[in-house]
Amino acid sequence: MSDRHPRLIAFTTTVIAMVLTVAPLATWLAIVRPAFLVLTVLYWSIMIPRAGGLLLGYASGLALDVFQGSLLGEHALALAFVTYLAIRLNLLMRAKPLFEQSLYVFAALMIYETVLWVIDGWSGHALSNPARWAPTVTGALIWPLMVGILGRFHATR
Amino acid sequence: MAVFGPDVDRPLYGRGPAVGLRLTAYAILSVALMYYDQHGHYVQRLHYLLDAAAYPVQVAVSSPRAAWDWLTESFQTRASLRADNQRLNQQLLELQLRVARQDALEQENAELRGLRAALPPFIKSWQLAEIISVETNPLRQRVVINKGATNGVSVNQAVVDGDGVLGQVARVGPWSAEIILVTDPEHAIPVQVVRNSLRSIAVGSGNDGELLLPYLAINSDVKSGDMLVSSGLGGVFPAGLPVARITGVRRDSNQILAQVRAQPLAHVDRDREVVLLQIDPAHPAAPAPNPPIEPEAAPKPKPAKIPEPDE
Repeated sequence: MSDRHPRLIAFTTTVIAMVLTVAPLATWLAIVRPAFLVLTVLYWSIMIPRAGGLLLGYASGLALDVFQGSLLGEHALALAFVTYLAIRLNLLMRAKPLFEQSLYVFAALMIYETVLWVIDGWSGHALSNPARWAPTVTGALIWPLMVGILGRFHATR
Repeated sequence: MAVFGPDVDRPLYGRGPAVGLRLTAYAILSVALMYYDQHGHYVQRLHYLLDAAAYPVQVAVSSPRAAWDWLTESFQTRASLRADNQRLNQQLLELQLRVARQDALEQENAELRGLRAALPPFIKSWQLAEIISVETNPLRQRVVINKGATNGVSVNQAVVDGDGVLGQVARVGPWSAEIILVTDPEHAIPVQVVRNSLRSIAVGSGNDGELLLPYLAINSDVKSGDMLVSSGLGGVFPAGLPVARITGVRRDSNQILAQVRAQPLAHVDRDREVVLLQIDPAHPAAPAPNPPIEPEAAPKPKPAKIPEPDE
């Protein structure tokens, strides 16, 4: 589609992903809800690093902090970190088949969740509920679908 | 791979400082924000302002549900409305009878205590608020309501619905407030068994309809069906508010503590409106005025707030 405004497209899809991330859902759905925001930011960092970049990850993480009422900067740090990894490794990941990309995404989501977990622990929210790791699995599973949907918004090279 | 030095990958996405440098800057900023959000006042102020900015978005995000509620309400049939009306009338009658009885009891109680007149009601005032968004998952059980600091809502205010304690105010924005529910795993409420005044603490399980009482000895006198009310300790909830009913007690002979589960009486999943209580701090049934920091009850270790006398 309009490949001339990758920044605009990245921004718009990130906003949509944010809405999907904070929209109220039934309990069981909320447990398995993939981290759409992280997936979207990862996608743009991998496919068009200049479209989003670190700032997109950091800013959307900060916005998520505000919406979820978590410690200001918590999601921002975690998301900026995985965005950095994705930007650094984008050439490596882009060349891989979808299945293998999913594995990389799984690793990224695990890192993301681990950073959050560590910060939660330091700030006095020490919670070890196995359910917090569910979105990493569903996120990796839904990755090919995300690639399919978001891939329509820009010309693949 | 991008390990061959900055010159290799620069042309692809590099304008401005290197990515690693920017990440470091963002990380430092994040850590500073987090530290001061927990300990300092400036960032808390900033958080408060950001909450204000987030409010319209929260309303927008939860609007589909609100619209659906409105639709179902508008298209209710006449019959169901009539049935509702009848049920409510009956309930009203019942409650009026109960209030009449309670007035007599309060008078009698006052006489027994040697007071001249019955004590004034310890709930000074209350405020209705509408739930605008719900977050229920095993890690967080929170709701956001449409009343905030401009309506006089303050942190640690008790929140109830018609049937029992729902939770307490955890965070206040200008026009909205976040309530931590009793079922949140980070929430604990001091309770008392009505039957024998046994005191304990009920901790949220992360499940919609379940509280846990993890600190009861194996030989303590609790059984299924016991009613739990707030004990008035801990400085947040006034004494005597209904909280939960015990649903199961498991005693493992090789463990020191019993495993006690309870079902909260408030209908977290069905409520659309909640009641914020303002308690007269001078009343004997009011919670102790000076709460020390409660690691279980406080959602975040913010500096303990001493309730103002006029709160």
